[in-house]
Amino acid sequence: MAWLGPEEWSAVALSLRVSTWAMLVSLPLGVLTAYALARWRFPGKQLLNGLVHLPLILPPVVTGYLLLLGFGTQGPIGRALEKIGITFAFHWTGAALAAGIMAFPLMVRAIRLSIEAVDPRLEQAAATLGAPKPWVFVTVTLPMILPGILAGAILAFAKAMGEFGATITFVSNIPGQTRTIPSAIYAFLQVPGGEGPAMRLVVVSVVVAMAALLASEAISTRVARRVAGT
Amino acid sequence: MLSVALRHRQGEFTLDVGFEAPPGITVLFGRSGSGKTTIVNAVAGLLTPDAGRIAVGDSVLLDTETGLRLPPHRRRLGYVFQEGRLFPHLTVRQNLFYGRLFAPRGVAAEDPDRVIEMLGIGPLLSRRPGLLSGGEKQRVAIGRALLAAPRLILADEPLAALDEARKAEILPYFERLRDEVSVPILYVSHSAAEVARLATTIVALDAGRITRQGPAGEVLSDPMVLPTGIRAAGAVIEAKVVSHHDDGITELEAGGVPIYLPQVPQAPGQVIRLRIAAQEVLLAREAPRGLSALNVIPGVIDRVRTGDGPGALVSLRTPAGPVLARVTRRSVETLGLAEGVTCHAIVKSVGIAPQDVGRARALSSD
Repeated sequence: MAWLGPEEWSAVALSLRVSTWAMLVSLPLGVLTAYALARWRFPGKQLLNGLVHLPLILPPVVTGYLLLLGFGTQGPIGRALEKIGITFAFHWTGAALAAGIMAFPLMVRAIRLSIEAVDPRLEQAAATLGAPKPWVFVTVTLPMILPGILAGAILAFAKAMGEFGATITFVSNIPGQTRTIPSAIYAFLQVPGGEGPAMRLVVVSVVVAMAALLASEAISTRVARRVAGT
Repeated sequence: MLSVALRHRQGEFTLDVGFEAPPGITVLFGRSGSGKTTIVNAVAGLLTPDAGRIAVGDSVLLDTETGLRLPPHRRRLGYVFQEGRLFPHLTVRQNLFYGRLFAPRGVAAEDPDRVIEMLGIGPLLSRRPGLLSGGEKQRVAIGRALLAAPRLILADEPLAALDEARKAEILPYFERLRDEVSVPILYVSHSAAEVARLATTIVALDAGRITRQGPAGEVLSDPMVLPTGIRAAGAVIEAKVVSHHDDGITELEAGGVPIYLPQVPQAPGQVIRLRIAAQEVLLAREAPRGLSALNVIPGVIDRVRTGDGPGALVSLRTPAGPVLARVTRRSVETLGLAEGVTCHAIVKSVGIAPQDVGRARALSSD
């Protein structure tokens, strides 16, 4: 991509890396959380539900600041993780953590809806045919919620690509490390003559978002047809 | 052999039953809300009763006294649900073999080719359930249950969601199951016609209690088990096809008594079950003459039952088997119908409805 300068290219590559990791790491956790919220009854369920949705409602800056308090170099979790070699503060992994947490409610919602749409009587039928619980999940539930999982994943990816407030608060705006596309656009707009690079990144953002949307549509119609049994 | 003893409370409803299901089809019979599905779900392990013991042969599935409760997937039962419950994301073939994945090795299982042939689902194997008709779905569901190598098959009103034509399509498969497969079947139904055709053993339920249980022929000739009352009462007799006459009439024979029916499809030598509705039977003290009805069966009155209404139900012992007749109380008095009185049952041949005519087990297997 010759028309992108090195600084812009670095922002695009970083954004893709941050969003991909944010999506992949939060996906299993998202499925588990969605399953628990859809199917299990346990004390503190409402609390968990609230906690998951909190980033959706809180100002992103607040989420970012809380992350800084918890996962920063002085934060209790940050210090503990530092000892085993995991760093979040002012590092691209921190950007991925912030993006993942901000995207989590959207992912869980999409997956939860698809789990609630699965007829539990089909899972009962599988059990009567001799399938132990984990197998029922793998052979019946999982294939049937696949459209929801894909939709949730793509939604989370797109949200992660656009995350700004929490990221910049938590891990700042370090070129090549934490300067994702939105941060880069913001930075370019702060200096004279930055409109050109900013505009090019805006175009990239629009293209990536459209591509994600189209891919999500294509995959979900295909999978939905398969799952509907026709 | 399945043995069941259960006690369960659900709100106002109390279930308290105990019965045994020998090989063949045991029908749990009763109106909706009588507790049939609760029993089947308890046997399947989808519901835990307050107290009870359920065992198939030597293996105990549930014993609340010792705290034993096998989870559904370890009970090795084949459950045919009312709505089929096929897995929509799998092909018919994958549905059929789903249970086989989990069946313990070395267990004698039905031969898949034979099951597929018996149910006539060979052409459907690569299709997905979404494209099957209701009847086809139910046949696949039967095959899926059977191929899981079950110790017992449970069927919860498997025909209730189907129209009459589809019912007629599926019933013969259950008959073949009963006659050709050694797995016992617990079958829930509220249809008298289905019971008459399929049942080897009947357990009649009302409001959570068993009102009558025993071999099908015996129980069916007792009209009091029928939830619908005298109107739907009918007796079941077994008859052997003798020959097809040129005028479209089939001659059958039951206990030495000839019976004539309009064209029965079965070949001579085959034994079929006939259901004779009580209201299609007239009684005469003497052998009638100059009558258009083809079938006149002589017998001795066993019992006369009267209720509050104007009707009465007369049970007859005949060489062909038990026959029921619904008459008025007035006729009972004027004709002097009482226990031990000899009389003739006139069966209007049109009264033997085609959907009541079914195939019975071969006599040799009885």
